[in-house]
Amino acid sequence: MPDSPSAPPITWTKIIVPARNAFDISWRELWAYRDLIRLLAKRDISAGYMQTVLGPFWFILQPILTTAVFSFLFGRMAKMGTENIPHFLFYMSGLMAWGYFAECVNKTSMTFLRNAPIFSKVYFPRLAVPFSIILTNLLGFLIQLGIFLVALAFYMWKGAPVHPNWRIVLLPALLIQMAMLGIGTGCIVASLTTRYRDLSLGVGFGVQLWMYASSIVFPISRIAPDDRWIFYLNPMVPVVESFRFAFLGTGLVEPIHLIVSFGVSLCIMLLGLSMFHRTEQTAMDAV
Amino acid sequence: MSVVVKVENLSKQFRLGMLNRRTFFAGLRERFGAKKTDSSAPATDDFWALRDVSFEVNEGDVLGILGRNGAGKSTLLKILSQITAPTSGRVFLKGRVASLLEVGTGFHPDLTGRDNVFLNGAILGMTRREIAAKFDEIAEFSGVERFLDTPVKRYSSGMKVRLAFAVAAHLEPEILIIDEVLAVGDVAFQQKCIGKIGDVARNGRTVLFVSHNAAAVESLCTRGIVLEGGKVSFEGTQSQAITAYSTSYGAAAQSLADRPDRTGNGDARITSIELRDEEGRTLHHALSGKTLDLWFHYERHSERSYPNLNMRINVTTQLGAPVFTQSNHLTGHSFSTLPERGAFVCRIPRLPLPESTYRVDYALNSDYKHFDSLDRLLNALELHVERGDYFKTGQVAGIKTGVCLVDAQWRLELIP
Repeated sequence: MPDSPSAPPITWTKIIVPARNAFDISWRELWAYRDLIRLLAKRDISAGYMQTVLGPFWFILQPILTTAVFSFLFGRMAKMGTENIPHFLFYMSGLMAWGYFAECVNKTSMTFLRNAPIFSKVYFPRLAVPFSIILTNLLGFLIQLGIFLVALAFYMWKGAPVHPNWRIVLLPALLIQMAMLGIGTGCIVASLTTRYRDLSLGVGFGVQLWMYASSIVFPISRIAPDDRWIFYLNPMVPVVESFRFAFLGTGLVEPIHLIVSFGVSLCIMLLGLSMFHRTEQTAMDAV
Repeated sequence: MSVVVKVENLSKQFRLGMLNRRTFFAGLRERFGAKKTDSSAPATDDFWALRDVSFEVNEGDVLGILGRNGAGKSTLLKILSQITAPTSGRVFLKGRVASLLEVGTGFHPDLTGRDNVFLNGAILGMTRREIAAKFDEIAEFSGVERFLDTPVKRYSSGMKVRLAFAVAAHLEPEILIIDEVLAVGDVAFQQKCIGKIGDVARNGRTVLFVSHNAAAVESLCTRGIVLEGGKVSFEGTQSQAITAYSTSYGAAAQSLADRPDRTGNGDARITSIELRDEEGRTLHHALSGKTLDLWFHYERHSERSYPNLNMRINVTTQLGAPVFTQSNHLTGHSFSTLPERGAFVCRIPRLPLPESTYRVDYALNSDYKHFDSLDRLLNALELHVERGDYFKTGQVAGIKTGVCLVDAQWRLELIP
């Protein structure tokens, strides 16, 4: 801008420009708001359980009950094989991994709709919300992991054929990948819901269908070898299989599957973040 | 004086119209290069809330942004506070920006007062450490210290607002944006907000104050701009801006030519009513505390003469409760001859009416005793009175506390 030459240079702290595309997300700003991310996560955790009778006990009850139902339905009734793994361990390992991912997708996809009252009144980096969701869900996951480890120890003591191995060190990487995929998918849906509300109704259903297409209720070894490649296209399958392989010692996954699924997750995350960033700038005009 | 806010050619366009299946598929076709069909949403659905708005604010200025509903005030504010992005143009800001329109946003009912202070502070952009450092001050200022560990949902609404305001007040922004319309809460709280603006301004910080409260603008602001139809129609000192605001809009005389409901013998007829200020400028609305001239333009149709002509007005509330009456007989002015065309002008110095809309009836009578009416019309004018600085203190009394404003002096007497 042609400032008059005598004017001292002004150091602006913020320049507001028209809606921008894609990837110029200000990570530095998001970092400056890290306390907000943490406090939002804390809010969701404490507010979610504070006024309930059972309180934090729900974190424990929910996965156990779901696992029990799955063990009964798919293990006992449908007699789907679990590679000799105790049903409880097999289903719980899949469910806790899936649960983390699914919660990330579901909650993130509601970002704009649920936070419209705040978003329409005050500015902060909107990505703080999805990141706080990842944190919130991480706590839930860790609690479930604790229960799972107790159950694992119990079954091993009883002599079940499970073999936890060194691949457990990959767990953080798997969690990061699930978070990437979850936040990416969630952001894509969140961006679209500001214009097309229908999606907010469909997302829960879609995630559920996705679960049945992932190796949560059946081991991938039950699929005919020629058809397996279709399943490996699903980026969640290698993650779940690796997860089982690390803790239980069974699972069909090759490094190439993991690399491909990581690549897919990365692409989805980048697409989601860029769509989210583009949407956040004008979302409040539409909501 | 350095510039801390610089707005450059700012424009904002909104898409009106519903989003539905048709627009969805039209959007798809457009995106994939198909020719834009006639059935797609017409261009008239695009609405420019702001168009080419430019202005600068210096450090320490208190800028009043005046404008009618729909003039673009709120949109400007939303862009300045980064809630939505402009369509074109740029805004340069220097220093931390905070807006008081967000008082209490993000309060979660299930969390305690303490947790909410931290959360709210973080939403407003404070770090945990900053909040912790100021926490005791905030708690004390709010006056709800005893309830800090109680969930906010058990607070009264007053307590909630006090706590939220305490957080906002300790944000210490360099640039404060306040939207009076959105400033929720009771009158006392609004007064507190306005008081806060004064404090902030005295500390040399910059304030952008969006309002249609001329009284507050006049007493608090140093400069003013007027938005009209998304454009800056005036920029100057605050009192110039208030004048521009009052005179700018649809300030034509209200024609009565087509009113069929008038009565009287028709020897003379009021053709239109006009509001003017002291300097003779046509006004759209009146301001409390300012001189108001009511011009009743008439045309005479008869050669008869009426030596005791009496022009009388009755002002009532919108519900019809009488507020006051006035006539040239009451004030002792007599009009013996009536030119063929002219206007009865009623000057009301320092208009003692609070902000509201009133109804004005008039009657032009041949005599103040015998109601032989030449022209008479009920509900002839809707008189819009906007808040003005009647008491010259910036304080405002609303219509709910009384239909007229009465000046007084107060003192305290010691009685031994």
